[in-house]
Amino acid sequence: MRRSKYERPAHLIGNAERPRLTTSAMIASIAGADQPTRPAPFGHALSALAEKDDRVVGLSADLAKYTDLHVFRAAHPDRFYQMGMAEQLLMMSAAGMAREGLQPWVTTYAVFASRRAYDFICLAIAEEMLDVKVVCALPGLTTGYGPSHQATEDIAMFRGMPNLTIIDPCDASEIEQAVPAIAAHEGPVYMRLLRGNVPLVLEEYGYRFELGKAKLLRDGRDTLIISSGLMTMRALEAAEELRKNGIDAGVLHVPTIKPLDEATILAECARQGRLVVVAENHTVIGGLGEAVAATLMRSAVRPAAFRQIGLPDAFLEAGALPTLHDMYGISTTKIVAQIKEWLDE
Amino acid sequence: MAQIGHNISLPERARRIRRHALRMGEVQGQGYIAQALGIADVLAVAYFHATTYRPDDPEWEGRDRFLLSIGHYAIALYAALIEAKIIPEDELETYGADDSRLPMSGMAAYTPGMEITGGSLGHGLGIAVGMSLALKRKGSRSFVYNLFSDGELDEGSTWEAAMSAGSYKLDNLIGIVDVNQMQADGPSLGVLNFEPLGPKFEAFGWYVQRIDGNDIDALVDAFDNARQHRHPQPRIIICDTKMAKGVPFLEARERNHFLRVEPQEWAEAIRIIDAGVTA
Repeated sequence: MRRSKYERPAHLIGNAERPRLTTSAMIASIAGADQPTRPAPFGHALSALAEKDDRVVGLSADLAKYTDLHVFRAAHPDRFYQMGMAEQLLMMSAAGMAREGLQPWVTTYAVFASRRAYDFICLAIAEEMLDVKVVCALPGLTTGYGPSHQATEDIAMFRGMPNLTIIDPCDASEIEQAVPAIAAHEGPVYMRLLRGNVPLVLEEYGYRFELGKAKLLRDGRDTLIISSGLMTMRALEAAEELRKNGIDAGVLHVPTIKPLDEATILAECARQGRLVVVAENHTVIGGLGEAVAATLMRSAVRPAAFRQIGLPDAFLEAGALPTLHDMYGISTTKIVAQIKEWLDE
Repeated sequence: MAQIGHNISLPERARRIRRHALRMGEVQGQGYIAQALGIADVLAVAYFHATTYRPDDPEWEGRDRFLLSIGHYAIALYAALIEAKIIPEDELETYGADDSRLPMSGMAAYTPGMEITGGSLGHGLGIAVGMSLALKRKGSRSFVYNLFSDGELDEGSTWEAAMSAGSYKLDNLIGIVDVNQMQADGPSLGVLNFEPLGPKFEAFGWYVQRIDGNDIDALVDAFDNARQHRHPQPRIIICDTKMAKGVPFLEARERNHFLRVEPQEWAEAIRIIDAGVTA
């Protein structure tokens, strides 16, 4: 999709009237204009957890402000550790702290935890089953800064790591509920983090986060969208849009990617005659989509059709987030269009 | 500071550690034996002069933590743990066998007294930083020792940890570097030049001592200095050691990173070690 760097876009040449240009801010909001949000749900939830649990400490690699850990730092300055822009050290020191009975909450961007510090999470933490929580901002395509900051393959990498629990929450309320839940789970956890003003969407579905559980948020006769993270928000919006077109779409939210709630997924996919679509904010290689596909192939359950919505197996472009979400087919509009097309096939 | 064996000299402890290591090597017919012989004096002083522990309770909260960053030196640490009676001597024959608590590479989940899993190099010093910070939180007076190798100086993670230890002024952290001048691909300085090593750590805010790591008196002084040093800074003891120390015909082998030892040579090596110091 990338054009040659020697080819200048025609609409950006000269002084003629330009369309209002969008920007590729590092921290782009995923909230819609009129969507209710809560600020820094992770930072507040971790601060509340620390009130009740002396073992809790927070570690940052020079990104406290950008992972909402600054809220925790302000509330519990003596329990905050700045490890500098050194992600290997971040994971090693957390391992050492966990060995001494603390519960370190380690924060950075998802790209740095996965690509840069994989060996240290794997051997210093996961192999030892240490109680370290790795909470990472900018998962998948949530920044327009290009591949240096887009963690489009973090789940694919981490799914291969034994002992590691992987959580991809959808909204502010789920993050708030997930923090105490993963604190109570003894062992290493990787959680993808939506930071800043995070949308609130699940409360109206009476949803409660349970570690390891997929939840049917909305039932539907024609198609079932299986999704995690911010894509559940999009799936719910898409389902509402599809309803206006006479299409009945269900949404199964799967916030725990590993271990996967195979029983619920199989039970839902066993219902006959539905198109199953897995929607994820991640490359279609090695994420939730392929995990669900493998689960189906290992069972006798076969849906009428199976499709994936996700990021392409490519290094993505830089740009404004709404533009990119449209370009790569993970915006609500594109989800609706794709599902209509598949149902017409 | 030593808790057990009041009348056994440190050189004799070192000799026994070498002997245990050679016997384990003989069982398997191979092993990182040159490193074990080279580091035996350091381990003797660490376990029988410097560190506090309870042989019958390896996870006793008041112990000093001794981290083996170099997982492939496991045979050396097992020998020290056997001598310290943390591991029973009759377990020595299981070294490297299926179901053994003494696997070829050191792993925390397998072995009493093995504080960390160290096979992937460059992990130890950073874990030591985290443990030192946590011990301070707990108000503990224990020290964290991290034994790592000159080869691990190639790993960037070691330097991340060195910088943070200086930044946090971790006066409960004592690094021990085994500079034996040999890595997998050949002489360490030829692989990647890490000298001048002392000034590097000094510049990172560490209290630095550099000694002959096979000189027991020098080791005793260095460990004492490291523990008693008054300034709020991490401490490092750079130990220049000789690969295969104590067995001249093995010392003489040019490529001794992973020694091939003929079956009859094990007995000869043990005979040479036994002829050494006693009492």
